[in-house]
Amino acid sequence: MSADNAILLAICVPLATALGIQLAGRVSDNLREAVTLTGAASLAWVVWGMLPSLFEGARPALTVSELLPGVSIAFEVEPLGMLFAALASGLWIVNSVYSIGYMRGNREKKQTRFYTCFALALGATMGIAFAGNLVTLFLCYELLTLSTYPLVSHKGDEATVRSARVYLGILLCTSIGLLLPAIIWTYHVTGNGDFTVGGILAGKIAGADVGLLLALFVFGIGKAAVMPVHRWLPAAMVAPTPVSALLHAVAVVKAGVFSVTKIIVYIFGVDFLFATPSAGWLLYAAAFTIIAASLVALRQQNLKRLLAYSTVAQLSYVVMAAAVLKPLAEIGAAIHMVAHAFGKITLFFAAGAIYTAARKTELHQLRGIGRRMPWTTAAFTIGGLSMIGVPPTGGFVSKWYILAGAFQADNLLAIFTIIASTVLNAAYFLPIIFMAWFADEQPGGKEHGEAPPLMVLALACTALLTLGFFFFNGPVIELEKQLVQGMLQ
Amino acid sequence: MNLLELLGYFNYWVFAIVLSVGLYTVIAKVNLVKKLIGLSIFQSAVFLMYITMDKVEGGTAPIIQKGVENQVFSNPLPQVLILTAIVVGVSTLALGLAIVVRIYEAYGTIEEDEILDAD
Amino acid sequence: MQIDVMDLTPHLPALQVIVPMLCAPLILLLKPRGLAWAGATAAALLSFAIALNMALAVNTGAYFNYDMGGWEAPYGIELSVGAFGALVLLIVTGAGAAAMLAARPSVDSQIEAERQPLFYSAWLLALAGLAGIVVSADAFNIFVFMEISSLASYVLIAGGPDRRALPAVFKYLIMGTIGATFYLIGIGLVYMMTGTLNLADMEARIGDVTDINPILVAAGFITIGLALKAAVFPLHVWLPNAYTHSPHIVTVFLAACATKVAIYVLVRFDFFVFQDNLENHDLQFSLFLMPLALLGILMASAVAMFEGHIKRLLAMSSVAQIGYIILGASFVSEAGLTASAAHMFNHALAKGGLFLAIAGLACHYRDLRLEQLGGAARSMPWTAAAMVICGFSLVGIPGTAGFISKWLLIDAAMDEGRFAWLLVAIIIASSLMALAYVWRIIETLYFKPPVVAEAPAEAPLQLLLVTWLVALANIGFGLFPQFPLALSSAAAQLLLGRAS
Repeated sequence: MSADNAILLAICVPLATALGIQLAGRVSDNLREAVTLTGAASLAWVVWGMLPSLFEGARPALTVSELLPGVSIAFEVEPLGMLFAALASGLWIVNSVYSIGYMRGNREKKQTRFYTCFALALGATMGIAFAGNLVTLFLCYELLTLSTYPLVSHKGDEATVRSARVYLGILLCTSIGLLLPAIIWTYHVTGNGDFTVGGILAGKIAGADVGLLLALFVFGIGKAAVMPVHRWLPAAMVAPTPVSALLHAVAVVKAGVFSVTKIIVYIFGVDFLFATPSAGWLLYAAAFTIIAASLVALRQQNLKRLLAYSTVAQLSYVVMAAAVLKPLAEIGAAIHMVAHAFGKITLFFAAGAIYTAARKTELHQLRGIGRRMPWTTAAFTIGGLSMIGVPPTGGFVSKWYILAGAFQADNLLAIFTIIASTVLNAAYFLPIIFMAWFADEQPGGKEHGEAPPLMVLALACTALLTLGFFFFNGPVIELEKQLVQGMLQ
Repeated sequence: MNLLELLGYFNYWVFAIVLSVGLYTVIAKVNLVKKLIGLSIFQSAVFLMYITMDKVEGGTAPIIQKGVENQVFSNPLPQVLILTAIVVGVSTLALGLAIVVRIYEAYGTIEEDEILDAD
Repeated sequence: MQIDVMDLTPHLPALQVIVPMLCAPLILLLKPRGLAWAGATAAALLSFAIALNMALAVNTGAYFNYDMGGWEAPYGIELSVGAFGALVLLIVTGAGAAAMLAARPSVDSQIEAERQPLFYSAWLLALAGLAGIVVSADAFNIFVFMEISSLASYVLIAGGPDRRALPAVFKYLIMGTIGATFYLIGIGLVYMMTGTLNLADMEARIGDVTDINPILVAAGFITIGLALKAAVFPLHVWLPNAYTHSPHIVTVFLAACATKVAIYVLVRFDFFVFQDNLENHDLQFSLFLMPLALLGILMASAVAMFEGHIKRLLAMSSVAQIGYIILGASFVSEAGLTASAAHMFNHALAKGGLFLAIAGLACHYRDLRLEQLGGAARSMPWTAAAMVICGFSLVGIPGTAGFISKWLLIDAAMDEGRFAWLLVAIIIASSLMALAYVWRIIETLYFKPPVVAEAPAEAPLQLLLVTWLVALANIGFGLFPQFPLALSSAAAQLLLGRAS
């Protein structure tokens, strides 16, 4: 199998899986779940199979169609995209296992539609990861938004549909209203929008226009949830937990920050942005989002909403790291996507497990739950520690790199923000963890034990990954060093 | 431009006045048949414009006769065009009247305001 | 003289008109209604084949000139088809053929059996008229064909069971006739000053005219007359009701192509005849049409957002889309005209598909107000899915045909100097409004509880197949737009006189 075909395969496998799920869903539930798991496994096999050649420096590419002169649908695999694809495809397997437990445990309706849309969303995610130019990125970005709408509105009642409409409205409006003009502007001045090492905009655009274009991109990519376009993320929490876990902790939100990073690195060019004062606002916007979202998270009473605001803050870590515009920080941005993904998916898995086993969604209900659900609570603890950045969890590694990058740039604002937000993270995660393990349970609660075994299996896996990433992060960093090759010397 | 010069264009004045009368009728009248009458007047004005512009002073019908040299002809082409345009106008009028009949059958009135009230 | 009967290629422009026109009376003789439909479909498909043939030939650099009866222009009547004409013919005959292919079940449910041959015959006349407008290179001939197509469309629109179609068509008749008569006044004035009706000849002779004022007046009359026919805002008032209450399948045909043909004539007149001869004409053309286009885009989109009847909603959207086409032309640049021509094609695909899907819905839902259509996707999943695809194409979601032309339009707008950002902002804003009204349809179909109690079945297969054909064409031309784009950009070059 050539690497070029692997790209096509990576996008087609989820689509074929979606079709298979539709058909299998009419036969039996077990067959449908088997199709999902097979699809997830084969996608991971295809995507991970591309890794070795990437390490050797290969850049597989594939052009599907040229829409207009210079504007084409094309895919190219590069380190950042590879990392994102490997992450999403790997976690899809774990998430599928978890989904089966969750959907059956809660006797959800319309499960076939759920799994179908999930597979479609993964296909779109692969497209985003491997997009070779801005138009392809935009195409897959919109497909991801549209395919996740049925997932968010899964419950189907009035309040859910209203929230789902907020989700869709914000994401589509920002992408069409801001991102599309930004993309067309880029094509207009450069003649193409291919992701090129070193960027393509240098010398084509100058002065305040750079800051404006950057703003169009950053706010146009609503999925990156830089304030004030973060509102969709808490709104999306009406979705079933597996959706929140994989999509709103990994695929969708990471697609956002991934796109922002990719545009900064491959469209603007790090050096060009660093030399342009008008682009400096991004750092402030990201820093503000980190602090503000953390403060909002402090005041949340609902577990999933708290996790949502924590996600908003963590996403801006990535944006801020990218905006520091130093090699180590760019690496930090890339690995923070991974570290946060492991940690946050664990947290969401734990939240879902608690909901399935105990129907508990609010923070104050979690008192003493550690004794009834030790596995889940342990995983939650690991995830929470990773969010704070305590060793030995993955969160520590990425924070280290981001801090190192900030020092490289002597960027006091970034350093201060990281320290302040670490304190804030601790302030909202540690009380929960403490309460769950050591507080006395409120009397009169119903009896319950641990969540269904499939779910526990999944969340144990991701918790182990969170820990493991602290120790075994070499290959990831090696891969991402290629991202900033030219800059390291 | 003195009065005599203005009057010299009297054919175009007639065209303009008839055109305005027709257009006014179409817009101002509520009765559908009257609207169609206005439309017909409006179109006739244009026919008039075409016919009046083809007239060459001293010109006759464009028929070539043996032995008659240096004859001045009026331009036949606009007449031919207008013949076609009249056919078009008549068909439009006929179709319009047919629609009015159908409207009367369906609504029992041909006054525009009453039709609007009916739906 | 030996005539090569096999090679009909030079005669294609004439055949384009003659085939449907001759078939129209013949259809009347076919009494069994199935046969009438089959005959009309065959004629429509043949027209489409002719148009396709010409488009392919034009795409390789050919240009069709045809002297009717062997009389040479400017004395005889000339037909000519260039890239622009070929593109519009493709739209017209494609819409006519596709709608006709799908027509039978819809027509059976809306039109009495004994009147069906008459209906099909009028359909072919409308097709012949529209095609005739496009191929004619003679100003007066254009007028005659315009009236043929208009009269036939009045008949088609009034042919359905909905009595509200009658006042609507009366209004259309009055406004349409006024528009055509304005046009007639305009060409009369030009004829008075130049002594010719042939467009190419006009272009050559206007330069010699000493008193330019009548020509200016003529340009005004022609532009306004055609703008009326093309439903350019604010001259669009005839359109919403006419589209809403006409038989569903007629809406497919007319919405896809009728107004575009008027725009074609408008653009052709302004660019071929007036552009090079009148001082500042490009500026006047822009300053007159651009504000109207922008207002139309914004107002019509805004109205569509709050419209409750699905057909009227899409009709209002058509007014906005006409605004896009006019806007592109009003840039008077190659990029703008390319966008304009491409948008004609892509909008025809999107709107045609949407109205086809509505014709499918209408087979079971008598009342087409949005509040009545809740949950229709459950019983008619295929129709609803096709509607989603075409709706996205209308909005301009990437991967669909609509994206291509919207991209081109924004790209062209960015060249417009200091107004560029205003233009881009308006296009983007109206795209968001389009998203809002398309989303209302999607949400109604997919996520609202059913209102109509009985569970109707899927649309008739014949209708469904054509609907999906068009929906897939929306995706196909969204991913592989080379052919229409080549025609569009050749058309733009031709209009600006830069053809090689």
